[in-house]
Amino acid sequence: MSDTWVDGNGLAGALRELFAVDITTARGTCVGCGTVGPVAGARVYTRAPGVVARCPGCGGVLFRLVRGPDRAWLDLRGVTCLEIQVPDSG
Amino acid sequence: MARAAVLGRLSWRVADVVDIVEETSTARSLILDVPDWPGHRPGQHVDLRLTAEDGYTAQRSYSISSAPDGGRVELTVQRVEDGEVSPYLVDVVEPGDRFEVRGPVGGYFVWDPDDPAPVLLVAGGSGVVPLMAMIRTRAARGSPAPFRLIYSSRTPGTGVYRQELRVRAESNPGLEVAFAFTRVPSTATDAGRRRVGTDRLRESGWPPDLGPTCFVCGPTGFVESISRLLVDAGHDPARVLTERFGPTGG
Amino acid sequence: MGIVSRGFGGRRSSRAVNLPPGQYLVEDFPVLSAGPTPLVNLGSWTFTVRSETGEAQEWNWAQFLALPHESITVDLHCVTKWSKLGTAWEGVSLDTLLSDVASSAEFVLVSAYGGYTTNLPLEDLLDGKAWVADRYDGEALSPEHGGPARLLVPHLYLWKSAKWVRDIQLLNNDEPGFWESVGYHNYGDPWREQRYWGD
Ligand SMILES: Cc1cc2nc3c(=O)[nH]c(=O)nc-3n(C[C@H](O)[C@H](O)[C@H](O)COP(=O)(O)OP(=O)(O)OC[C@H]3O[C@@H](n4cnc5c(N)ncnc54)[C@H](O)[C@@H]3O)c2cc1C
Ligand SMILES: [Zn+2]
Repeated sequence: MSDTWVDGNGLAGALRELFAVDITTARGTCVGCGTVGPVAGARVYTRAPGVVARCPGCGGVLFRLVRGPDRAWLDLRGVTCLEIQVPDSG
Repeated sequence: MARAAVLGRLSWRVADVVDIVEETSTARSLILDVPDWPGHRPGQHVDLRLTAEDGYTAQRSYSISSAPDGGRVELTVQRVEDGEVSPYLVDVVEPGDRFEVRGPVGGYFVWDPDDPAPVLLVAGGSGVVPLMAMIRTRAARGSPAPFRLIYSSRTPGTGVYRQELRVRAESNPGLEVAFAFTRVPSTATDAGRRRVGTDRLRESGWPPDLGPTCFVCGPTGFVESISRLLVDAGHDPARVLTERFGPTGG
Repeated sequence: MGIVSRGFGGRRSSRAVNLPPGQYLVEDFPVLSAGPTPLVNLGSWTFTVRSETGEAQEWNWAQFLALPHESITVDLHCVTKWSKLGTAWEGVSLDTLLSDVASSAEFVLVSAYGGYTTNLPLEDLLDGKAWVADRYDGEALSPEHGGPARLLVPHLYLWKSAKWVRDIQLLNNDEPGFWESVGYHNYGDPWREQRYWGD
């Protein structure tokens, strides 16, 4: 089966649990191939011990998220920079 | 497009099932009452968590099908054979039951009711759910944005919201609805009622030079092929927004 | 614990058996995947053991098939909490695959087609505790379950049993693998419920 993935958009809940803003609209750059796109556009594999988000351009791993009962681990080594929208502090 | 908002901490809330609408023999809508619901934008989803008596839990995502309406939230679930969660929601849950949801979440696959640009909605199976929230919100807000929906389901009988979509297509100005079926009887002669392809997207969609926003939602394979066809036809990839439900999502 | 959802049981068997703590019994064979399933051509498939000094021993598919195979029946315990009992495999013992390697290394890093990695102490691969399996339930191992061949280390959580195994690197210093570097336990003994860092 090659279509066992969902969009990064589906991770909105898992990421909002950890961050104060919606990270799925943030734009990231792939370390492997330089593709720039929203986290929502990553290919996400969730039927695994953790969540694996892959680059739609090259298939490389962008980030991995593991949720334990009282902790979460987020490895972002496949993303060089995340541009995150934050509200005007005004 | 995506306005950043200060958000509170995301936590699980108990949702009460207050009503159930049987949509088809394999799909139903659950009307929930969620205390302190902060409101939502059309296209967003919730994470839903079920807990067994011994503490075992299962969690899945479900799109919101209703327009924002106080603490009322409607989900529509299609039963997936051998699934762990959807058969429970479609066959077992009754009004009065409760489970947990967290949300609304997702700021990417959302339609902005203040955006007047034309919108193309392409749904496969239960992928129509978040698109229905957009159609309902458009009507509730009186948005003039022209909407076209192409809704693919296996057979006429497996499509959800068919009656409401028919009525809205008559009564909501600027909304056009086209149905497509992937498993029609071989006696069907109407060529337009076949699987959605390039021709169908051209006939029932918008030309790329109008700059429409395209929302494509459904099983992963369906979304893969439709989004590729749209981009090949000249639509701006940044305006083709997708929501994949997984291998069986409808 | 959250509120109980009336009548929800989940996809689990109620058969009463002795399982590691926190595990549930399943009768089907769930497929987990951290990426697309690699389709490995048998004509180009190789399996390599590399010592800490760089000395390598490589088998192609025909050579691998010619190695002595064993039949094993073992229980599987996945860290995502399902256990499956009495699974029947055929494969080559790591004792056979490592017998000609001169090494004083204590650790291994296992790599798979598709990029997955996992680390183990070398001794957990020896003395009849681990295999490279190429048959499951009397048939060639299917790609979704790790075919052409996967590692099988049944006494540890199943993420250590790398699907689509490609090589084993012996190391003097331990190096965390794909899941071990992001929260999962470095060793992963199901009977001691070593799921996460610090367990
Ligand atoms: C953002 C988002 C929004 C969604 N919105 C909706 C919505 O509005 N309405 C809707 O109906 N659905 C929606 N979905 C899909 C929904 O989340 C579930 O995936 C769907 O209901 C199936 O869940 P399930 O527990 O019934 O099936 P699962 O238990 O997940 O199983 C699905 C299928 O896969 C098989 N399977 C399960 N596990 C394995 C395994 N380990 N190995 C091999 N096969 C396996 C099962 O036999 C079954 O055929 C959405 C998904 C996402 C990501
Ligand atoms: Zn890339």
